[in-house]
Amino acid sequence: MCLAVPGKVLESTDVGLNRIAKVQFGGVTRNVYLDLLPEAGVGDYVLVHVGFAISKIDEAEAHRTYALLEELGANLDNEEDAADAARPPEGGA
Amino acid sequence: MKYIDEYRDAGLAQSIAQAIRARVTRPWVLMEICGGQTHAIMRYGLDELLPPEIELVHGPGCPVCVAPLEIIDKALSIAARPEVIFVSYGDMLRVPGSQTDLFRVKAAGGDVRIAYSPMDAVKLARENPSRQVVFFGIGFETTAPANAMAVWQAKQEGLRNFSMLAAHVLVPPAMRAILGSPACRVQGLIAPGHVCAVMGWREYQDLAHEFRLPVVIGGFEPVDLLEAIRLLVAQLEEGRAEVENQYVRSVTREGNQAAQRIMAKVFEVCDQKWRGIGAIPASGYRIRREFADYDAERIFGTDQITAEEPKECISALVLQGLKKPADCAAFGARCTPESPLGAPMVSSEGVCAAHYAYRRRAPRIEEGCRP
Repeated sequence: MCLAVPGKVLESTDVGLNRIAKVQFGGVTRNVYLDLLPEAGVGDYVLVHVGFAISKIDEAEAHRTYALLEELGANLDNEEDAADAARPPEGGA
Repeated sequence: MKYIDEYRDAGLAQSIAQAIRARVTRPWVLMEICGGQTHAIMRYGLDELLPPEIELVHGPGCPVCVAPLEIIDKALSIAARPEVIFVSYGDMLRVPGSQTDLFRVKAAGGDVRIAYSPMDAVKLARENPSRQVVFFGIGFETTAPANAMAVWQAKQEGLRNFSMLAAHVLVPPAMRAILGSPACRVQGLIAPGHVCAVMGWREYQDLAHEFRLPVVIGGFEPVDLLEAIRLLVAQLEEGRAEVENQYVRSVTREGNQAAQRIMAKVFEVCDQKWRGIGAIPASGYRIRREFADYDAERIFGTDQITAEEPKECISALVLQGLKKPADCAAFGARCTPESPLGAPMVSSEGVCAAHYAYRRRAPRIEEGCRP
């Protein structure tokens, strides 16, 4: 039940007491309440849970942390390559 | 989809698993708290990518599973009333009560409906002024703000035919009870990212300090979960016990202030009964007196209903990480999703349901981590 899905805010309007956005999830667009996340604006990615946006996705942090993970993967690959290079050829002494 | 596909990258997941294998030197027991995380681990076979030193045990983070039998019985009693439209998240419909479940109540003529959002129930109340619309407000801190908003909105609109049967539970007090048990083997925690998106992570600093164990706020995709495990293993190997935030793209230390404010307006902290565990002090939310006209327990007088948990179901031990589903003699035999003994076998976040669905044939990470 704590499932929350990221989507992009396409537009938002005030309807009665509420602020409602059109949010795109892949090829699907749904109405989402922004009442719990008044700072969300058009173009932002938000996490949506039971019809409400609960958190804005920080694009800069996402980019920074993902780059660190990719770097970790690249370093491991390099270590493996170095280990392979240091290994004697098969059948050799 | 952006922020999903890249976190299911098989190559990156393999790299992180490799980094964990390279770092670990001795056995560690880690708990993922949230049922959504449990399902991702099972679905993608992440536990099978880990070195044998790492044991994952599952936590209590499935609100449907920890809801005590008596709240289900209260829901069933209200849902069977002819004047009521009973509205629930879909997860609850097959959860067995003492005698029946919501699906059977519906089959017998009860007006039971499934909603995606609590605001759907408010809309139903607006459209059906001659009926009593009751929403089954269940959930952890992630869901509680939306449920609170529905009650607040109903009051602002002056709706007299909307109420909520509230059964909200809070993660930190439950974790305190589990970690404080002498039988607990857990040495590190993956904290629930979406609960923390709402509440922030200050409460988890207290847990880390109190129990001297590392805590990593984790996301829900394979790369997120493996990275959370890598960070936990690094802390354990180095003898650190801190809070780290892996899910930094969505979680801040302070959390969502607007969501916390609406919860504080509508709800107050109360002692809460957890399935099989019993009452845990200050571990739930109830509706404040100012909103008593929207409290279904008060309106329908269900507060006297009590129930005994079925003895054969060991879900209390499973939800505390003390047993695994396969340790249960009834698992997959007398307890299946079609005929469950307890809620963990039917909820979409239930640990028994995850083992039943995925442990026999999981789409492995090598297959590309696709849904």
